[in-house]
Amino acid sequence: MSAQFVIFGLLAVTSVATALAMIFSRNAVHGVLFMVGNFAAVALLYVLLGSPFLAAVQILVYAGAIMVLFLFVVMLMGPEPAPLWEHIPGQRPLALLFGLLLAAGLIAAVNVEELTGVPGIMSQEVLERLGQPTALAQTLFERYLLPFEVTSLLLLIGMIGAVVLAKREKHELQAERAPREGGAE
Amino acid sequence: MGTADFVEIVVKSLVIIWALLTGFAYMTWFERRVIARLQSRVGPNRVGPSGLLQPLADGVKLMFKEDIVPAEADRALYLLAPLVAVVPAIMAFAIVPVGPSVTLFGRTIPLHLADMNIALLYFLGLGSLGVYGVVLAGWASNNKYALLGGLRASAQMISYELAMGLAVLSVVMLAGSLSLVDIVNAQAGGRWFILLQPVAFLIFLVTMIAETKRAPFDLPEAEQELVAGFHTEYSGMKFALFFMGEYIAMIAISGVAVSLFLGGWRGPFAEQVPILGVLYFFVKLVAFLFFFVWLRATLPRLRYDRLMHLGWKVLLPLSLANVVVTALAVVARDTGFFGLW
Repeated sequence: MSAQFVIFGLLAVTSVATALAMIFSRNAVHGVLFMVGNFAAVALLYVLLGSPFLAAVQILVYAGAIMVLFLFVVMLMGPEPAPLWEHIPGQRPLALLFGLLLAAGLIAAVNVEELTGVPGIMSQEVLERLGQPTALAQTLFERYLLPFEVTSLLLLIGMIGAVVLAKREKHELQAERAPREGGAE
Repeated sequence: MGTADFVEIVVKSLVIIWALLTGFAYMTWFERRVIARLQSRVGPNRVGPSGLLQPLADGVKLMFKEDIVPAEADRALYLLAPLVAVVPAIMAFAIVPVGPSVTLFGRTIPLHLADMNIALLYFLGLGSLGVYGVVLAGWASNNKYALLGGLRASAQMISYELAMGLAVLSVVMLAGSLSLVDIVNAQAGGRWFILLQPVAFLIFLVTMIAETKRAPFDLPEAEQELVAGFHTEYSGMKFALFFMGEYIAMIAISGVAVSLFLGGWRGPFAEQVPILGVLYFFVKLVAFLFFFVWLRATLPRLRYDRLMHLGWKVLLPLSLANVVVTALAVVARDTGFFGLW
């Protein structure tokens, strides 16, 4: 048993355990922290796969930026007991279906050589080359430039949507402010 | 990896940790003496010559202080938070080259722990992880002042991280690498990036003070409004750990700033005499640390809305514009558009 295998085992167990703990923890702040732990474990798995760049981005973007915002919101809202089940009709069978599809896709992608006899494109050399920032940048900015830009546009639309939803009209603000200003002051 | 490599890594890690902890202790002495001088006072001068043993006395005092955990605190996170504040700060220094390679016992030893092509991403990532210590301390204390301090810290870090990343990016574009070792090498012959990237340098300077929560950006612990902010409930060594995190972060971020903009260890004859390189690095580092202290003694704290305004409406657009201009200049250089370079 190689050292790499032991480290992989530890990281795999940690990532699954933190993911489960995140789902089952009652305290939202603890949940956020378990998720950060999960991101850290997954980032270390990337390092093990020879892609320190992805690992750094995982930490920087998810653990460092997005989860800090999550924590910010959770702390602002305070300990609010969230409803345990959300009822969207047909949500659970659909979730199960898509979960199984995703799992099947992932298993097929990882075992593509054993299933079809044709070697997959992700050989060890390809993985090592792709782990370098320059190779990744070339893939993103040359080969897949259009999808990349479309994705960023999508994110921009999401951002504008959030601003529109959160923005309150002037007269709404004034209506809210008026009784307060007339009060104790 | 052979045994010798392993020993080298362990020894270097121990030296870095030792140097940072000693640096922290003497940074507190340095800050108190310098601020005293700037305010026409004397400062601590009783323990040892010129007060040089003061950090030791402070350490002993803090160790014997009563260690209080508030009854309603989230105990596990309350104990974890100070550690989370310190560890990323120590880890960040691993990428900073403090000198050229030296030859010891027949081995060529480069004077940095890790040379990766993602070094600056690693540094920015650790910087953003450091926030968790402060935010968790604020939340776990179950104290409204502490919570407000933690909230301020998280909002502040998010606001200044982007501008800092973009300022770093302009330097990365010029050097063509994310490794600090390569960036220092790209500044050989006195072509310091502060000369080519003055705007990025100023943006980095402002954001590095905001990221380390130092005055005039010390809103998470504004004592006039929030008692002591996120560390209101902490006492003894746990209280000291937050200061350790803050001061070590200052040292690490100054080391990165020196490597990014001031040529790192480079200077006259540094390549021939490695010890000179270490000396140059140290002098530049202390200059930055002095600047931190000088600012604290000079400037009043920013108001919170001004802080947000500066981060989002001034620094972010400015750093974006700087990146665009730098990108155009790099393309022009590489394609020989101007024929000047």
